[in-house]
Amino acid sequence: MSIGTPAQIASAAPDSRRGLPDYVLRRPTGLYRSLNPATKLAIAALQVVAAFVVPGWLGPVAVLAVLVVVAVATRTLRDTVRIGLAAVPLVVSIMVVNLFLLPGAADPIGRFGPLAPTWTGLQFGLLTSARLLAFSTAITVAYLTTPVDDLLADLSRRGLGRRGVFVVGAGVQMVPRTLERAGEIMDAQRARGLDTEGRIWRRARAVVPLAGPLVLGALTEVEERTMALEARAFSAPGRQTLLRVPADSTRERLIRWIALAAILAMAALRLTGRMG
Amino acid sequence: MAIELVGATYRYAGTAVPALGPLDLRVEPGAVTGVVGANDSGKTTLCLVAAGMAPAVVGGKLAGSVIIDGVDAAGLRPHELAQLCGLLLQHAATQLTHTTATVFEEVAFGPCNLGLPANDVIERVWGALGAVGIDALAPRDPARLSGGQAQLVALAAVLALRPRYLVLDEPTSELDPAGTAMVADALVRAARETGAGILLAEHKTDVLARIADRMVVLDAGTAAISGGAPEVLADPRLAGLGVDPPVRVRLERAILSAGIELSTSAREVLA
Repeated sequence: MSIGTPAQIASAAPDSRRGLPDYVLRRPTGLYRSLNPATKLAIAALQVVAAFVVPGWLGPVAVLAVLVVVAVATRTLRDTVRIGLAAVPLVVSIMVVNLFLLPGAADPIGRFGPLAPTWTGLQFGLLTSARLLAFSTAITVAYLTTPVDDLLADLSRRGLGRRGVFVVGAGVQMVPRTLERAGEIMDAQRARGLDTEGRIWRRARAVVPLAGPLVLGALTEVEERTMALEARAFSAPGRQTLLRVPADSTRERLIRWIALAAILAMAALRLTGRMG
Repeated sequence: MAIELVGATYRYAGTAVPALGPLDLRVEPGAVTGVVGANDSGKTTLCLVAAGMAPAVVGGKLAGSVIIDGVDAAGLRPHELAQLCGLLLQHAATQLTHTTATVFEEVAFGPCNLGLPANDVIERVWGALGAVGIDALAPRDPARLSGGQAQLVALAAVLALRPRYLVLDEPTSELDPAGTAMVADALVRAARETGAGILLAEHKTDVLARIADRMVVLDAGTAAISGGAPEVLADPRLAGLGVDPPVRVRLERAILSAGIELSTSAREVLA
């Protein structure tokens, strides 16, 4: 079993300045990717608020347009779309509910037996879906352009305790880890003859033997993970050493203040009725 | 200077029957003490008790005492214990934090928790990676390692705290023969380079035959056999206690039972 290629061994040589290797000091490249994680979170928050608070189509459409540009520039468009597809069932349910059941809508598109979809319902469903997509895309782009450890290091630098930092980190990593584990369990159950293909009721029936081991496995893992963390001095008092800290600047602080001011302004205008 | 269990008896919370003990055991610095036993014989419990995690983290009740280098483990907090006695559990996946981007940072997690100056952290990380022989893994993503590599990283992560003792609970249980050999080699190397005393619970007696100096065979939480590793591993009572003797011992017995005389040189080859 090999533990590294010559290229890896060469790149493992310590950095001459502090002994920290380059791959630990890594700096994200590109205008957007190199922003401080807090700045990207502030921008994402502004986008989410704008999508929901600005009346009509302007808010969500403008936010989605900006996000598409950012996703193309940061080469995350494909992953953004892939993750965005997870919202399809929610979008479909929003459309169905609003199309047929929006209270007060009285402009039917047509009549299909007892069902009468309305133009108002269609418009409201599309608008709500656009806002939802703007929300999920803003979070997705921020996630895809921010290395998790950069976010954690920045949170730690800003004074969030190590438990809080760990909870955020574990939470962010939970989805891919759970999916990976679910895949392993599903493979194991298939190997023992569980039928997971074909009609929807068969797939639904397969959820039970998947969910049991998934939940129980996660619970038993917690105790071992707790011990493993304690064995690495997780509960030691005092502040953690930070090997590197994501770059920040006055310009970025200004961007964050502007984002915060814009969020507050939009909220105030909306609450006072001056924004639709 | 040693880990000393004196009349140690441990019960998990909510149970009436002790999972371990009474047990007396001594883990010497610079030596490897192997622990074997059938399933449910108390190996994992012994590891948790010897490392001070039970009852400090796990809960339950401990009677008797666990003394680490003259200090009663009951009076130590988990982060203090971690610097005296490193603990490595059997599942590689749960040993890693899953919050770091490189093996270097994964190994640095413990020293960083201690708030050590960055230069000290860096020195410890390179030292631990070197002791286990995985310097080349430093830039790799911990989530993309094989089981054997992940277990080695977990071992290096524990070593980075520079404990005087290491307690390892079946660290090769999930590994194939190549991964097992990697971990066994790393343990030999770590014991030699750090001088740490090692308590190793392990099903694979061939691994213990290779690296253990002393052995304890557990049965229902108590020591059924103990002594020097070669003697214990050749003890005829081993199979009755649910433990497979090493291949060498079984081969030697098979040859002798076939009525074939073993010359001294043949015995040396087998050994």
